[in-house]
Amino acid sequence: MAVDTSTSMISARGLRKSFGDFEAVRGIDVDVRRGEAFGFLGPNGAGKSSTMRMVAAVSPVSGGELRILGMDPAVDGPAIRSRLGVCPQEDTLDTELNVRDNLYIYGRYFGMPKKEVRERVDELLEFVQLTDKADAKVEDLSGGMKRRLTIARSLVNRPDLLLLDEPTTGLDPQARHVLWDRLFRLKQAGVTLVITTHYMDEAEQLCDRLVVMDKGRIAAEGSPLDLIREHSTREVAELRFGVAAEGGSHEAVAEKVADLGERVEVLPDRLLVYSADGEEVVAKTLERGLRPVATLVRRSTLEDVFLRLTGRTLVD
Amino acid sequence: MTPRTDPDARGDLPLWTGIARQADYWWTVYKRTWRSSVVSSFLAPLFYVVAMGVILGGFIEGDPDQLEGASSYLAFVVPGLIAAHAMQTAVGETTYPVMGLIKWQKVYDSMLATPLQVGHLVGATLGFVLFRLVTTCAVFTAVLAPFGVYESWWGPFLAFLAQVLTGMAFAGLVYGFTARLQSESAFGLLFRLGVFPLFLFSGAFFPVDNLGAVGSWVARLTPLWHGVNLSRMLALDNVTWWLAGVNVAVLLVLCVLGWSWSVTGLRKRLVS
Repeated sequence: MAVDTSTSMISARGLRKSFGDFEAVRGIDVDVRRGEAFGFLGPNGAGKSSTMRMVAAVSPVSGGELRILGMDPAVDGPAIRSRLGVCPQEDTLDTELNVRDNLYIYGRYFGMPKKEVRERVDELLEFVQLTDKADAKVEDLSGGMKRRLTIARSLVNRPDLLLLDEPTTGLDPQARHVLWDRLFRLKQAGVTLVITTHYMDEAEQLCDRLVVMDKGRIAAEGSPLDLIREHSTREVAELRFGVAAEGGSHEAVAEKVADLGERVEVLPDRLLVYSADGEEVVAKTLERGLRPVATLVRRSTLEDVFLRLTGRTLVD
Repeated sequence: MTPRTDPDARGDLPLWTGIARQADYWWTVYKRTWRSSVVSSFLAPLFYVVAMGVILGGFIEGDPDQLEGASSYLAFVVPGLIAAHAMQTAVGETTYPVMGLIKWQKVYDSMLATPLQVGHLVGATLGFVLFRLVTTCAVFTAVLAPFGVYESWWGPFLAFLAQVLTGMAFAGLVYGFTARLQSESAFGLLFRLGVFPLFLFSGAFFPVDNLGAVGSWVARLTPLWHGVNLSRMLALDNVTWWLAGVNVAVLLVLCVLGWSWSVTGLRKRLVS
């Protein structure tokens, strides 16, 4: 049942999800194409996970239209899920089973023959670098290893579409990089990835295209680079002033540097001045006799895009 | 990667297919837990039989008229005790373990990400309870048959079926209850105010007529009494057939209600 490459893997029109009076997803349009890595970026509570659960054909759609692999999840849930891989936000591994059994038993849920699952399990253990942990109990694994095992489990049925909900939340930097490397390899192998994250670096690393979600709606859509180009400047000058700063507050200082960039954002602990040339902003600030205690010039990131679109930061 | 061709057509997965796919999971669970279940399944009730049936029973004059046709207290108490034990096994398997699958380990969540559906999950879990009931009650019957507690060759077989049916009636009801619970604290209440009084007062240890006119009718309304009575009538070859029909009907209806109560409860809980 190969999907025509011209058809989309996921297509949503006016997709909604509500729980009682609460609207988690408020009418979004999404198209995910075969082979791409697509991201949902947004803070906690933006509606990413609710969207993911609908796309995973687990949570019923409250409104709008959703097609996954060309099928309607309300009718063909099992057929859709047989071709999905799902890596949930919270590990749902069976902690009392060993590593190998977790994968083997999961493969059997898909109706895969025993011999085929056994071969697949060996392959996957190799892929996620857990071969020498095959007989270990899950509870003895580190957080990063558990995540890799969950990803291995989501691949057991050779899915066409892999859904990853906050794949690296709670992992240390090294474990994150190992995981990103594995996901990148999957992408190279042609697996379509859909990722939710509230980490802008993760989105930039992994996603070809993403939507920025806020309060159940899509605030912007594009490639990370396009989004930055469209909604931010090339560089950002971060200026941090002392507590008794000139004028008493960061807001007061902001007025004095407002003309130095295209835009100024006031954060609780610093000012962000958006400009094509950050160094120049810093130089001119000093020329005006202002004395920041720290300065930093950097490239714009998706964090800046999010701040621009919503007036809030991604990670509170 | 090549897309996996799934032999299952569109639409729902057949119930039996979904249940069969979980066989490996439940077999692994059983391999992991059978040792500890030996104690609760076989040893504990065996102690009851020895203490209540043999030793305490030794003090009781066996008048068949007062013991619903049993020639000894042991013969009276065993069929009821196995039925009551079937209830306890079923309740044990559908409380904490099911809460674990739903809430603590979230195994059900991981299963629902595959082609499996809510009905398959309930079916396989209750199928495992059935397996536990069949093995427990069968071992019991086999061990006690030589003690002369059965009056006919077919008694043990039919009584065994009655006991398994009793267990399944409770399995569905309690599963549905667990599926709706947010926290496990209500289990203590269920055991203390539900299971324990039923165990003591549903006719397993003494004829319910001893509870007085009102008490005996209340006892006869409980599901366990239907199981105990059916099990005992069959074991003692003292069957009032219309009453047996009522007992079977009540237990079957409870099984059907329990099934739908469980499936709706789990769906409400996990598919939102």
